[in-house]
Amino acid sequence: MSLDTRPKPVIDNWNRPFWEAAKQDKLVLQKCRDTGQCFFPPAPVSPFTGKPHWDWIEASGKGELWSWVVFHQSYFEGMRDELPYPVGMVKLDEGPFLLTNLWDVDKDAVQIGMRLSVRFPGGPGDLVLPQFGPEA
Amino acid sequence: MRDKVAFAGIGTTRYGSFPESDSYGLGCEALNMALDDCGLKPSDIDGLIVSRIPSYERFAETMGINPQFCLLTETAGRFSGVSMALAANALYSGAAKYVALVYGNNGRSVRVRYGGGDSQWSPWGMTSPGAIHSMMWRRHMHEFGTTHADLGPVATAFRHHACLNPDAVMHGRPITLEDHAKARPICEPLQLLDYCLINDGAVAWIMTTAERAKDLKRPPVLLSGYARQDNFTYRATPASDFWHGNLSATRSVYDRAGIGQADIQGLGIYDNFSPTVMFSLEGLGFCKQGESGDFVKGGTLQLGTGRWPTNTSGGHLSDSYMQGWGIIAECVRQLRDDCGARQIPNAQAMQYICATNIAQSAILRRAA
Repeated sequence: MSLDTRPKPVIDNWNRPFWEAAKQDKLVLQKCRDTGQCFFPPAPVSPFTGKPHWDWIEASGKGELWSWVVFHQSYFEGMRDELPYPVGMVKLDEGPFLLTNLWDVDKDAVQIGMRLSVRFPGGPGDLVLPQFGPEA
Repeated sequence: MRDKVAFAGIGTTRYGSFPESDSYGLGCEALNMALDDCGLKPSDIDGLIVSRIPSYERFAETMGINPQFCLLTETAGRFSGVSMALAANALYSGAAKYVALVYGNNGRSVRVRYGGGDSQWSPWGMTSPGAIHSMMWRRHMHEFGTTHADLGPVATAFRHHACLNPDAVMHGRPITLEDHAKARPICEPLQLLDYCLINDGAVAWIMTTAERAKDLKRPPVLLSGYARQDNFTYRATPASDFWHGNLSATRSVYDRAGIGQADIQGLGIYDNFSPTVMFSLEGLGFCKQGESGDFVKGGTLQLGTGRWPTNTSGGHLSDSYMQGWGIIAECVRQLRDDCGARQIPNAQAMQYICATNIAQSAILRRAA
């Protein structure tokens, strides 16, 4: 399996800091200054207030598995040799959900609610895709 | 707006793969059928809503329609119900007298793929509506103890209906619970028979005021009530509440229609994937949240077997993927006794439900 051939993310003005931070092995989130709540995907304003009052913070990189699926159908040429591959939905300790692959987790050992933490094993081009595996 | 607006004409094309036509050709075919059904001409139409046909201008000029109310709605299936509500508002306010609503889909012959492409989550291989529903169903299984097998009675009931419907794509191809359990996985836990079809076809409805509908060819079917509640909180990920909150809010449809569940004979549920049927039943309170597996067991949704015959044409899973347009057309046909072998005896009222971030429900009934 190679992360080099993964689809590239769609980078815009709001999520660029997220992808730049991932290159430094950091997971960052926007945090609403008025409510203290984090949100994702990156956006021009806080969804809790509608105001552009937020800061980027470094997240703990920890969370728990909310649900997961296994893809058998090929949708991306660059992932064909990874089939069947898992995708997990992780609820970060800061609140937001991320969709990610399950890294270093045996399919039979996957359990909803299991603790996970982020790692940065690589990605397409010079980009890095955060991945989640058993909590370090 | 209770009972003020009616379905006057219905047209549905043949369903399958028609590379010799396109969404315009199919849309014209369906609209002509709907016009013939109610006895109107294109020149009588002064309102037009077009969906999944690329251009409303091209479609209107093709049919020679110059309306005073016209728009194109987004292709997502939730917009069938939204289009219906827009037409009802236009009719009720007097913006139009006869609205034609036309949906045309040639996704099969042009090999439309539901998944792939660039998106928020594509770098992780997360794509397709099916995967979103699969993620939600796995969570539902975890929270409530439901299983993949619980979805079997949904798939088999709708296939049974398709076998009673000579126009259904899956007519003549019955399935068993075992077939459902052993189908190939697409995005686990969902398998092939949990997924809707992809086929070409078109659907048209003519809607008008209840008063005007009385003078047309067929018995009017009244839009008794409609309710909608959006929840865009989880736009970028599967809905962590199974849309239960916004679906529950649409229970106001019963008050709006003045018709309770006891007075409804059958359901039309948007079934892009089998779990949406479960979320719909729970959301509208046919059973408690988490209990849909037990609720559908034993054929509750199956004609002749259960209290709640649902998607009697076969639905998206086994009749035709017309994104809600065909399911609403089937509700109208049930209320006109047009359904032959799949007719619900003494159908007086039907309920439509659509579980998405735009949750909706509508109740249709026979005019007295």
